[in-house]
Amino acid sequence: MIAQKNMEVMIGSLRLKNPIMPASGAFGEDMEEIIDFNRLGAVVPKSITKYPRRGNATPRVCETAAGMINSIGIQSKGIDYYLSKTLPYYTKYETPLISSISADSIDEFAEMSEIIAGHEVVKALELNISCPNLKGNGLAYGMDPQITYDLIRQVRTVTDKPIIAKLTPNVTRIQDIAVAAEEAGADGLTVANTILAMAIDVHTRKPKIGNVMGGISGPAIKPIIVRMIYQVYQATKLPIIGCGGVMNGEDAIEMMLAGATAVQVGTASFIQPTAMFDILEEIEQYMDHYQIEAITEIIGQVITGK
Amino acid sequence: MKAVKLRVLSNTQVSERYWHMVVDASNLRETVKPGQFFHIRCTDEYYPFLRRPFSIYRINKQSQTLEFLYLVKGLGTRRLTQVAPGEQVDVFGPLGKGFTVHESWNPILLLARGVGIATLAALAQEAAEKGIRCVAILSARSQNDLLATETLQGFGADVYKVTDEEGTSDVDHVRSLIEQIMLENEIKAAYVCGSKRLSLLLQEIARERQIPAEIALEEHMGCAMGVCFACVCDLQEEDGVKTVRVCREGPVFPLEKVVIS
Ligand SMILES: Cc1cc2nc3c(=O)[nH]c(=O)nc-3n(C[C@H](O)[C@H](O)[C@H](O)COP(=O)(O)OP(=O)(O)OC[C@H]3O[C@@H](n4cnc5c(N)ncnc54)[C@H](O)[C@@H]3O)c2cc1C
Ligand SMILES: Cc1cc2nc3c(=O)[nH]c(=O)nc-3n(C[C@H](O)[C@H](O)[C@H](O)COP(=O)(O)O)c2cc1C
Ligand code: FES
Repeated sequence: MIAQKNMEVMIGSLRLKNPIMPASGAFGEDMEEIIDFNRLGAVVPKSITKYPRRGNATPRVCETAAGMINSIGIQSKGIDYYLSKTLPYYTKYETPLISSISADSIDEFAEMSEIIAGHEVVKALELNISCPNLKGNGLAYGMDPQITYDLIRQVRTVTDKPIIAKLTPNVTRIQDIAVAAEEAGADGLTVANTILAMAIDVHTRKPKIGNVMGGISGPAIKPIIVRMIYQVYQATKLPIIGCGGVMNGEDAIEMMLAGATAVQVGTASFIQPTAMFDILEEIEQYMDHYQIEAITEIIGQVITGK
Repeated sequence: MKAVKLRVLSNTQVSERYWHMVVDASNLRETVKPGQFFHIRCTDEYYPFLRRPFSIYRINKQSQTLEFLYLVKGLGTRRLTQVAPGEQVDVFGPLGKGFTVHESWNPILLLARGVGIATLAALAQEAAEKGIRCVAILSARSQNDLLATETLQGFGADVYKVTDEEGTSDVDHVRSLIEQIMLENEIKAAYVCGSKRLSLLLQEIARERQIPAEIALEEHMGCAMGVCFACVCDLQEEDGVKTVRVCREGPVFPLEKVVIS
């Protein structure tokens, strides 16, 4: 018999009943037929942009060894739709809603954050400063510590709700970006978005993605993300949400041992729509096996010394 | 829609490039409609790990089995050929919106290229059950690649075959074949799957003749649950072009609306 375990974690002032939540872009209302949103630690819908966006050319996804590359290009219905349809939809769930925001300028990030955070149902903001598809050649705001600082600083002035910065892994030293976000007043960090990648069909000699390059997710990137969580955990005090390649409970535990407080699940849900619940169950089994009463006990507990 | 494991009853090669799989669907509660599809895990491994979409080829209500007809294209479908009878396949579905069939739409024309027939065969089956007559044009690279002729004939369909090998599959030839069929039959609706060129052709003809027509589209998919926006296509609506998801709003769409590029 597995006794009820304490799975609660905190991201800033936001209390989650368990550490498992979906990754933005891999979750939406359409999943309500398949999973009970109330069992999740949080819900994170797809990143929203100010104006409607059509997204990138197809094919928008392709598969590589243990990973997938995507270049959706944030297809979005715009903020008006988000406010009038998406936010009201989530009021029926008790699970906290984290709104993921993507914008074209620092001012636009602040403007959207102010509007969205003004809604009661929104419990935290995740700033997607890391989408590799938007700016030419995969550049993102989160590649520059100064821009990251200025951006988060400005959003900080418009809301008291928790701000989570979703970092890009496409940098030399992710710790520098993490520290910039912390100094600017972020409450948490998502580590990390997809890694810039490319695949070519050797028969047609064409890229396998309509947009030439895209971001790779899935099991292939997990070791890189675990390393980055470990590095960021050393460099800042902020709670970290690990994201990238989590397929099962062990993967989630591994990220928590590296320093993550919570874990997002993306690609795994495409393979198994109920993956997040399987992961929760496996975490409980792990806690039971090692007699861990509260999941917070394992955060950052990797043993690296002799 | 739900992910379930279904037992494979048979999985056999039917021609050089095509395979046919029958699964026991007795523990599938949802009803399955022609034009709908399943997102199937071809292997338990991490490569390839994404599911692959396959349409329903045949729905056998009495024996409670479902059939798929698939082209061996790359890694995923190659792995699928290795699934042995008695083993389980992990399928997610039924997904998407199927074909529209009205009893007054009689007879109907089916136009399929290659494995596109897998999708249209299920429609032919439903039409037969509703007493609707089908005329089908099957197009393929070679005679060897022509699929499901007997299945369709078994449903009472008139089948015309065109191939690249015999030089009969070009658009002009297919156009005159359709015109001839339309002279002999008062075709009330048309359906197409498997080829951009043929879809454009049928779009033109359906517009000229003012008959309803539908297309079953294929797009690379991620989630097949409508959340990732990988599988989009463009529809021409009255208020402009709209980008919709093939897995959710489709895979079957009114042919007149689809922007075929
Ligand atoms: C709604 C729908 C119904 C389909 N029904 C059938 C069917 O009944 N029989 C059949 O043989 N094929 C069907 N297809 C196409 C089939 O899904 C692809 O041929 C198959 O996914 C190829 O996988 P692979 O790993 O062998 O090939 P690879 O080329 O190695 O695949 C690599 C990636 O590309 C994707 N992909 C490749 N070709 C296609 C394609 N034509 N359409 C969509 N995704 C593709 C794969 O899913 C995979 O993610 C259907 C596609 C869709 C969207
Ligand atoms: C199809 C797809 C769409 C995505 N869209 C977004 C998005 O809109 N915003 C965002 O912050 N991340 C987006 N991501 C990135 C994921 O949130 C996540 O960071 C990434 O997939 C790594 O996690 P995983 O390996 O568990 O999938 C997307 C990922 C995929 C696969
Ligand atoms: S495959 Fe994800 S939205 Fe259609």
